[in-house]
Amino acid sequence: MAEITYLEAIREALFEEMERDPNVFCLGEDIGVFGGAFKVTDGLRERFGLARVIDTPISESAIVGAAAGAAHMGMRPVAEMQFIDFVANAYDMLTNYVATSRYRTGLVCPMVVRGPSGGYVHGGPFHSQNPEAAFLHTPGLKVVAPATAEDAKGLLKAAIRDNDCVLYLEHKFLYRRIKGSMPAGDHVTPIGRARVARAGKDVTVISYGAMVWKALDAADQLEREDGLSTEVIDLRTLAPLDDEAIFISLKKTNRVVIAHEDTRTGGIAGEITARINESCFEWLDAPVLRVTAHDVPLASAPSLEEFILPQTADIVAAARRAARY
Amino acid sequence: MISVAGKRAAAGARRGSLASSAPTLTADQKLALYYWMRLTRSLEERLVALHRQNKLVGGVFRSLGQEADAVGSAFALEPGDVVSSLTRNLGSLLVKGATPAEVIRQHMGTADSPTGGRDLGLHFADIERGFIGHVSPLGNMVSVMAGVTLSFLMRGERRAGLVYVGDGATSTGAFHEGLNFAGVQRCPLVVIVENNGYAYSTPTRLQTAAARFVDKAVGYGVAGDRADGNDVLAVYDVTKRAVNRAREGGGVTLIELMTYRRRGHAEHDNQSYVPSGEVDRWAADNDPIDRYLRVLLDREKVDESAISAIDARVQAEVDEAAEQASHSAAPLGADALHGVHADPPAAAALWYR
Repeated sequence: MAEITYLEAIREALFEEMERDPNVFCLGEDIGVFGGAFKVTDGLRERFGLARVIDTPISESAIVGAAAGAAHMGMRPVAEMQFIDFVANAYDMLTNYVATSRYRTGLVCPMVVRGPSGGYVHGGPFHSQNPEAAFLHTPGLKVVAPATAEDAKGLLKAAIRDNDCVLYLEHKFLYRRIKGSMPAGDHVTPIGRARVARAGKDVTVISYGAMVWKALDAADQLEREDGLSTEVIDLRTLAPLDDEAIFISLKKTNRVVIAHEDTRTGGIAGEITARINESCFEWLDAPVLRVTAHDVPLASAPSLEEFILPQTADIVAAARRAARY
Repeated sequence: MISVAGKRAAAGARRGSLASSAPTLTADQKLALYYWMRLTRSLEERLVALHRQNKLVGGVFRSLGQEADAVGSAFALEPGDVVSSLTRNLGSLLVKGATPAEVIRQHMGTADSPTGGRDLGLHFADIERGFIGHVSPLGNMVSVMAGVTLSFLMRGERRAGLVYVGDGATSTGAFHEGLNFAGVQRCPLVVIVENNGYAYSTPTRLQTAAARFVDKAVGYGVAGDRADGNDVLAVYDVTKRAVNRAREGGGVTLIELMTYRRRGHAEHDNQSYVPSGEVDRWAADNDPIDRYLRVLLDREKVDESAISAIDARVQAEVDEAAEQASHSAAPLGADALHGVHADPPAAAALWYR
């Protein structure tokens, strides 16, 4: 089967789900006639019409709120944030309304909020953010962040079919840089399950999104230069976290580095570290180390962005430190 | 200096007690409007009594003097329509089928209350009966109801939605985004601004520089209408027109209902910010139930015994509801872990807690 890009995999998932279920529809800014700022929804309008591919006003709060209302009535909306940075404008709607709705009143919100996240593209402070930590912290929301084209498709199909709201973080750096072969048939990646992206025995690197590829590069380098066998865990789902996959790998390697593109303080790496501390303290041969962005807004100049964001060399250095501790 | 609200009280009194005719309503329906307003007031009075006995969780938010807004507007809906009520719309929920017992249980936070003790007051919903309670961040429900009514459009259903905001909520971004979105999509949605003079302690003149909320309809390109919110028949009429417009593909209507909040934001609020005499004037001259009673007795020639029978029925229903709720138990603490998601069905507690 021919390979398709990460972006095409997202589009393929949207096409297949809209074909499968007439309740699925898309709404967002510039997604219909224009096909989206990154052309993710290109072609949807021609196939499904503007009634199911809705161009909205610039109103992230209303996009998410309207998606919730439609979801209450049995629809399966997929709301696009043109850049995931703008989900901040819908923070109240997502956290106070959508996340609490089922729990409080029994009103369900089977909906997806998706959008391009992440940096390494010189997008600057408002087109590069990684907002996952705030939503990981919100009971009632699920968060997924695919690293591969296969998971981009499989996780989006799972998110659309999930009976609750899923925040789907697609990494814009990966859109056209990676490809994958889609498994035949109805390809759904279960939410809540991490994968072993590379098996190893000396040190574990836990990551997600675009950082998984840097972790894999780091593993190659560590094997080549240090003879270290590095296991790479691709979380795939950030909420709920797959504790079991993390603990199994840790008990094999006894050394853990957590690498994410988001900033350090209050980031997901801290949460994973706490879980390891609570449940696997005696299995550790080294302190858990974090490789993250510095705690600053993401600057746009390439030299600044490169410094702020974690690079392969940072993962290599942390893994070496953990290995020799 | 006479306050804005005071001027409105005088205007209301000048209008007198003559309500509009609502010619489409039958005699039984006209009595039903009285029943729902009386039930709203009596049920709230019972909630206040229970509140003073420390039997409730959270506050009691009265709609005293505004009962006609909620009842008259919800009465204009059909069974398939969906209403999103606000803080002072107990009457809307009752009209749409919420029972007095579940309202009391909801305020008590019992295990068998509509939200099982997870949320307070009128924050509860039943999509089958067609009502969605509000949330505390004001204005949000305009967007949610835009989505509810968008689903009617997408499925080709001739259903309409009704959502309430107060004068205060019109200042939120959520109100703007939701109304604008619904206007563009021509959603079958009626947005009622209940202008009761105060948002908590803040008078309307500090909420907006606009003279009238109905004028905002022009800016959104939607139909606008305005009515005396203390005239239940006028409220019914104006809402019915808007609901019909929505059902016939005419899109959104923004309705401003002029009314007055005679109690504080909630029962703890002593209204120290209200000019002296203002509340009393509205109570004496412009009570929606008193005004409607005069219409029923003087113009509709309803027999006083029919009114007494409704009053007795309401009293019995409220007594019965309170009695039922008094036997309800509090939820078990550990139940709190259930129902955040469909899957997993329960949140995990930490292994050593």
